Amino acid sequence: MRETRYWTWHMAAGVVIFFLLGLHMLIMHTGGITGWFSPNGGSAVSKANSLARDRMLFFTVTYILLLGTALYHGLYGLRTILFELTLKPAVEKAISLILLIVGLGLFGLGTWAAVGTHALALAGGRG
Amino acid sequence: MPGEAAREVRFHVTRYNPERDAAPYVQTFTVPVREGMTVLDGLHYIKENLDASLVWRYSCRMGVCGSCGMLLNGRPMLACNTQILHIAGTDLTVGPLPNFDIIRDLVPDLVPMFQKHLSLNPFIVREDDEELNDPAGEFYQSPQQLEEYLQFTYCIKCGLCMAGCPTLATDARFLGPMPLTSAQRYNSDTRDGGRGLRREQAGSPHGAFRCHYAGECSHVCPKGVDPAKAIQHLKRSLVLDYLHLARKRQPCEKMHGPGQGQPLANIAAPPARTV
Repeated sequence: MRETRYWTWHMAAGVVIFFLLGLHMLIMHTGGITGWFSPNGGSAVSKANSLARDRMLFFTVTYILLLGTALYHGLYGLRTILFELTLKPAVEKAISLILLIVGLGLFGLGTWAAVGTHALALAGGRG
Repeated sequence: MPGEAAREVRFHVTRYNPERDAAPYVQTFTVPVREGMTVLDGLHYIKENLDASLVWRYSCRMGVCGSCGMLLNGRPMLACNTQILHIAGTDLTVGPLPNFDIIRDLVPDLVPMFQKHLSLNPFIVREDDEELNDPAGEFYQSPQQLEEYLQFTYCIKCGLCMAGCPTLATDARFLGPMPLTSAQRYNSDTRDGGRGLRREQAGSPHGAFRCHYAGECSHVCPKGVDPAKAIQHLKRSLVLDYLHLARKRQPCEKMHGPGQGQPLANIAAPPARTV
C-alpha cells in the first residue's frame, strides 16, 4: 500500500505543478504586457517587479509549494527509473533514503531562500 | 492446397542447450512450405527430417493451451496460430520468448511468471467456504457485471504479453501484464471478495504502478485480451482504495437453489432482448 500512496501523491503533485508552472509562465511571459503581478510596468523580470512579487506572501507560499511538488514529482520519477534496473532490495532502500535526504535538503534550502527573500523584500530590498 | 508447389523458407532457429552451450546460437534449416502451413508444422518438419534434437513446447495445436509461444520474426506469437507465409517471404527467425530464461532451444522457463501469478491470489475469494466446497445454489450476476471482467477470462497464460513488455525487459521483478490482468479479472468479479487480499502485492514497488502503458502486451495477445487496460483499471482501483473513495462492495449473494431464486432487488436487471 506504501507504493500506492507514493504514486497517488506523485499524480497529485503533477496536477499541482501543471497549474503552478502555468501561472509562473503566464506571469513571466505576459506580466510585462498585462501588468499581472508586475505593478511597476516594463519587464516582468525587472528588479522592481521581482521585489514587488517577493513582498507578496502569496508568491512566497506558491514558490515553496512549487518547489516541494516539483522535487517530490521529479525525485519519485528518478526513483522509479532506477528501480527498473532490477537492483537488490538493499540498494533500493539506500536509493530511497538518499533521495529522501537530497529532497529534504533541497527543499530546506529553497524554503530558506524563499522566506529570506520575502523578509528582505519587506525590509526594503537591498542589493 | 494439394498439388501446389512448395516454397522454400529458411528457418533461422535459436538453439541452446545449457548443459553444452555457453550461449544461444542460430542454426538455419531450409523447409519446404505450402500454403496453410503453420510455424509449428515447420518445426515438426525440421524435427522429423533435419534435426531430431530440436526442442520446443506445444500441446493443443489450435491456439488454446498457450504452450507454443515463440519469437517469430521478432514478434511474440503462437507457433500453432501463425501461418509461415503470412509472416515470412524467404526467411523466418524463430527464437524463444524474451524476458524468460531458456530451458532449452525454444522452451522458456514460465515458472517465475506463474509464481507472480499465484502471489496475486488468482481465484474467487469468499468467506462462505461451505458454499464454495459444496455448492447449493447459484451466484447471481447480471450481463453488465459479467461484461466487466469477461474479456480478461480469455487469457490463456501463454506469456506473450510478458515477452512483449518493455518494463519487464529491464525490471525482472515487475509482476507483468498477465498476473496483473488476472488480479483485475478477479477484482472486478462480483462474486469475489478478495480485493483487499490482492491490494498489497498489486500495489508493491514492482506492481501495477511500474506499468508505462506501452500497450505492447495488448498488441501481441493472441486472444484479444487487453492487459494494458486491465492494469490501468487496477491502478485506478488501488488509488481509489487508498483515498477511501472506492464504492463499498460485498460479494454477491447466492440464489437459493438452481432455478428457484429470484434476481436480487439490488442488482440491475439485464437489458431488454433485441432479437
